[in-house]
Amino acid sequence: MALDDLYREVILDHYSHPRNKGELPDPDIKVEGANPLCGDELSIFVKLDGGRVAEVRFVGRGCSISQASASMMTEQIKGKTLDEARALAGRFKAMMRGEAVSEDELGELMALQGVRKFPVRVKCATLSWVALEQGMTEFETAKHKVSARASSERP
Amino acid sequence: MLADRIRGDFPILQQRMNGKPLVYLDSAATSQKPRQVIDALVRYYEEYNANVHRGIYRIAEQATEAYEAARRKVAAFIHAARPEELIFTRSTTEAINLVAYTWGRANVGRGDEILLTEMEHHSNLVPWQMLAAERGATLRFVPFDEQGMLEVAEFDRLLTERTKLVALTQQSNVLGTINPVRELAAKAQLVGAKVLVDGAQSVPHMPVDVQHLGVDFFAFSAHKMCGPTGAGALWARYDLLEAMPPFHGGGEMIMLVHLDRSTYKDPPYKFEAGTPNIADCIVWGEAVDYLQTIGMPAVREHEMQLTHYAMRRLSEIPGLRLFGPESPQRRGGVLAFELDVAHPHDVAQILDQDGIAVRAGHHCAQPLHRRLDISATTRASLYLYNTEADVDALVAGLLGVRKMFSPKPTRVGS
Repeated sequence: MALDDLYREVILDHYSHPRNKGELPDPDIKVEGANPLCGDELSIFVKLDGGRVAEVRFVGRGCSISQASASMMTEQIKGKTLDEARALAGRFKAMMRGEAVSEDELGELMALQGVRKFPVRVKCATLSWVALEQGMTEFETAKHKVSARASSERP
Repeated sequence: MLADRIRGDFPILQQRMNGKPLVYLDSAATSQKPRQVIDALVRYYEEYNANVHRGIYRIAEQATEAYEAARRKVAAFIHAARPEELIFTRSTTEAINLVAYTWGRANVGRGDEILLTEMEHHSNLVPWQMLAAERGATLRFVPFDEQGMLEVAEFDRLLTERTKLVALTQQSNVLGTINPVRELAAKAQLVGAKVLVDGAQSVPHMPVDVQHLGVDFFAFSAHKMCGPTGAGALWARYDLLEAMPPFHGGGEMIMLVHLDRSTYKDPPYKFEAGTPNIADCIVWGEAVDYLQTIGMPAVREHEMQLTHYAMRRLSEIPGLRLFGPESPQRRGGVLAFELDVAHPHDVAQILDQDGIAVRAGHHCAQPLHRRLDISATTRASLYLYNTEADVDALVAGLLGVRKMFSPKPTRVGS
């Protein structure tokens, strides 16, 4: 197990220079995710326009893997419909479970593939995606603005 | 140095991780075991494994005698007045829960208060939350100051006639703070409150005398003091134990059983229902012998010197913030810190690559971390087998983490 597999340069870069960091006023979806095991916390804010993710931001504190993964997620889902975002979340989680996935579908997210070799860290990488899924589900049920909560322990 | 003399007793420390010596700095979670203890465990299973307190044959008598000899050794180690004051449990946690379920339910009622501190391990917090919710009692908390020392003036203010119990740790498992238990227990006695001490982090590292401390209940365990996991103990004054209702019901704890009622044995057996953890309790006695041979004052002295050295070396690392008292006299060898550039999980992960074992997280003390306004810390904890070389490896590893995580000026990938 080489550490380089875990701490790829692109991950460290997202950790040091997170994209789309900050709160978003009046979001359609707000979701707070937590990993009770290690104390990672993050909040995701999504604003929709015509059924697509118009803007997405996050705030949080935690390890490099959880924060970099959230940063990368915001870049990937911007412009996508909720169904497309959900499909990507499914593919990302499948990759983290060790299933075969195509590089075309995941792009830069493939950088997180190495986390699989460090089982206790997988929940760090999936936290933002689990939280996003929870927020989207609650939004689609409520059909109006939601404020949701998610835990990495209940994916 | 003590560690150089006894390090060879610990087989696990002889192995290499990724080609480097194992640097074990997580003894506050569990200690390593010397060859003497490991051999004693094998000896029990190979030579005299039998159930205790019932067999009329040679090895059953031998097992019973060894089990009771271990009780005498463990009781003497903390200076109990008599061995019958020591109840074997499976952990410190179970010992504290025993008090909450038996003494607590019989003595704590609506409007009563339980005084705790903000530095307690969850095991000395959650049982009291459960008891308070059930009985309508209130929990109060003594805060700690910037250096991690309990604010005694606040203790004095919070201790009242309503206080039924004071429950506190003798040594913090995060800050390392050694609390003034004797001083606080004397004050508690004046208002008629009982005092329970969580000794999980103190008994392995310093001489402890429960009679001198003037406390009522004292909980601790084997696995942090060179003994096996799965064995713990509750010490309490005999008159308290006599008055307390039993904990679990079942075999071993009864005198006469009828279909509708039973009579119970005297302490400690009243509180030891079912077949006990015979092997691990016996072997705990071996761990006590091991530590007694070295001498607890020598263990404490070694750790104080090494803590002093570690604090000096850690202060050389830029961006490192160490928690707890500044004076090694007032703390144990538990060194929790944060590093500005990296999260504790990343720190621990990178150190692991160099064969350095530290703990990352909230160390079962979430309220303490919330009070410090951080979500997690990295914790290195020392014991009698640790050396300056272990500390040097930690410092070198942390400098490596800093290098890896220092922000690069240019962005890649976007």
